[in-house]
Amino acid sequence: MSPNFGVGRIRWNWFAAFSALLAALPLVSETHTPTLLAIWALFALSLGLMWGYAGILSFGHAAYFGLGAYTYAIASFNIEESTVPLLLAIVVPALVAAVIGALMFYGRISDVYLGVMTLVVTLILNRFMNATAGDAYRIGNARLGGFNGIPAFPVLNVPGDPSNQIYGTSYYYLVIICLLGAYLIARAILANAFGRVLVGIRENDLRMELNGYNVPAYKTAIFAISAAMAGLAGCLFANWAEIVTPGVFSLGQTAEVLIWVIVGGLGTLIGPMLGAVALGALKVALGYQTTVDNSLVLGIILILMVLLIPRGFAQAFVAARQHFAQSQAQRRRARTHRRRLSLQEADR
Amino acid sequence: MDYAAVVLLEVCYMIAFLALISAGLAIVFGMMRVINLAHGEFVMLGGYATIAASKAGINIYFAMLVIAPVVVGVIGLVVERLIVRFLYGRIIDTMLATWGLSLLLIGLVTLIFGNTAVSVPAPIPGYQVGRYQMGGYNLFVIAIAILLMLGMWLVLRYTRVGLVARGAMQGADVVAALGHNPKTIYMLTFTAGAALSGLAGGVMAPLTGLLPSVGGAYIAKAFITVITGGAAVIAGTLSTSALFGTVNQLVSFASTPVIGEIAMLALALVLLRLMPQGVTGRLFRNST
Repeated sequence: MSPNFGVGRIRWNWFAAFSALLAALPLVSETHTPTLLAIWALFALSLGLMWGYAGILSFGHAAYFGLGAYTYAIASFNIEESTVPLLLAIVVPALVAAVIGALMFYGRISDVYLGVMTLVVTLILNRFMNATAGDAYRIGNARLGGFNGIPAFPVLNVPGDPSNQIYGTSYYYLVIICLLGAYLIARAILANAFGRVLVGIRENDLRMELNGYNVPAYKTAIFAISAAMAGLAGCLFANWAEIVTPGVFSLGQTAEVLIWVIVGGLGTLIGPMLGAVALGALKVALGYQTTVDNSLVLGIILILMVLLIPRGFAQAFVAARQHFAQSQAQRRRARTHRRRLSLQEADR
Repeated sequence: MDYAAVVLLEVCYMIAFLALISAGLAIVFGMMRVINLAHGEFVMLGGYATIAASKAGINIYFAMLVIAPVVVGVIGLVVERLIVRFLYGRIIDTMLATWGLSLLLIGLVTLIFGNTAVSVPAPIPGYQVGRYQMGGYNLFVIAIAILLMLGMWLVLRYTRVGLVARGAMQGADVVAALGHNPKTIYMLTFTAGAALSGLAGGVMAPLTGLLPSVGGAYIAKAFITVITGGAAVIAGTLSTSALFGTVNQLVSFASTPVIGEIAMLALALVLLRLMPQGVTGRLFRNST
C-alpha cells in the first residue's frame, strides 16, 4: 500500500550541506526564533521516531517534554552547575517513560487505549502542576509555583564554569548541535538490528512476537529513548523561554507536535523536523497578527492533511519520486525495445 | 448528617455530569468505533447556542433542550458528510481529523463571539440543606441525566431504530445484507451523537460559563469515561460515570478538588491496565 518504508539511510553529503546551512544562519538572521524552531524540530523528531518507525502513537508526548523542562528548572535551583540538571532532564523523562511504557506494553495495550493512557498521564501532570502554588510545594530550593510556573532559574552554562552562561548565538549553536546529534542517534538506532525489529513491530507485532522477539521490551525501550529526546527538547525550551509553566503539559502542546509530525511525514525523520519548522514558523508569524486565529489555520491544515495527504509531505514526495523513477525506467525499456525492433527491421 | 447529604448530592451530581457529557461520544464510539475529538467543541457549541438563543429572548429551557441539540446536530451532520465519512475504519486518522476540527471550531467561535467568557444565570434558585447552601440547578442536571440514560436505553432496546442500531454495532455487513444501508446508519448515529453533545452543552451552560476553549475541559473527562467504559454504550457509560464520579467527589471532599481529579485519572489508568478492552469488555458483556 505504501511505498517504502524501511529504515532509510543517511546521506552524508546532504547532512553536511544542511549542517553548514544551519551553521551559517546566524550570519543572515537573528537567532531567537530559529532557536525555538530547532527545539520544536527536536521535539517532533522524538515523536516521529517512535510513531513513524515503531508505530506507537502517544497522545501525551508533551508529558516528557514538560518533565524535561520541569526537571531542569527544579534541579538547576538546587545544583549550581548546569551539567547535572541537563543530564537529569534527559534521564528523568526516560525513566518515567520506561515505567509507564512497561506498564502499558507488558499489559498488551495498544491503539486507542494506549492513546488514552498517555493522555491521562499528561493530564495528571498538568492538573498537579497547576495546583502546586504556595510554599508547601517545593523541592529543595525550587518552588513549583502552580499556575505561574517557575521563573528565573539559572540557565545553561559552559560545563564546569557556572558563571559563564550560554545565550544568544552560542545558545543557538548548542541547540543545533543537540538537534543534529539526536538526528544521528536516531539514524544509528534505525540502522541497527534494533531499528529493523522496530519497523517489523510497526508492520505486524504479532508476527515479530511469534518470531521470538520480546515485543514489549522493544516498545518500552523506544518509548524511553523517545521520551529522553523529548525531555532534552523540553530542557532546551525551558532555557530558551527562561520560565516553565504547566502549559508545557497542555493538550495544545500535545496536539501541536502530532500535527507537525503528520504534516511533515510519518515514517521519515526529516519530515517531522521540517514539519515542525514550517508550522512553527507559521505559528510565530500568525502570532504577530490578530485577524486570523492561530488555531483556525492549524485546524484547517490538519483536516486537509488527513483527508488528502494522510502520510505527510515527505512520504508523498518520496512516493512521487519513486513513481517518477519507475515511469522513467519503463520509458527507457520501451525505447530500447523499439530501437531493437527497428534495428531488426533494418537488418532485414 | 447534613454534611453526608451534601456529599451524597455532590456525588450524584458528578455522576450525572459525567454521564451527560459522555453520552454523545459513547454513542459514536460504541456504534462506529470512531473517536470524535471535537466532542468537547460540540458541547461548547451547544452552550453558545443556548446562550445566544436565551439572549434573543427565547425561553431558556426551550433553548437548551431543543435549540442546542438541533443546532449541534445539524453541525454534526455537516461534519460527517464533509470529513468523517471518508475516514471510517481508520481510527487514528479520524482522531487526528476531528482534533483538527476541534481547533477549527475553537478558532471560528473565537472569531464570532470573541475570546471572552459569557454566561447565563441558572434558572433555578438554590436551597438549604441544614447549614449548607446548595445549587438547585444541580438537581435539574441529575434529572436530565437520568431521563437521557433511560430514554437511550428504551430507544435502543425497544424500538425498531434501536434494533437496527444495535445490529449495526454487532455486524455492519449483516445489517447491510438485510437491506439497511450502513452509511445512512452511520450518518444518523453521528448526527444523534452530536445532538446529544449539544444537549449536554446547553444543560451545562448556566453552571460553567463559556469560553471558546471550554471544550478541552469536557473532552478529556468524556474520553476517559467512554474508553474505560468499553463498547457497550449505556452500561459502559453508566458504570464508569458512577465509579469516576464517586471517586472524584469523595477524594475531593477528603482533600482538594485537584487531588480528586488526579485520583479519578489514576483510577482510569489502573482500570485500563487491568481491563484493556474497557469495563464492559470484561464485565456486563451482553449489555446495551
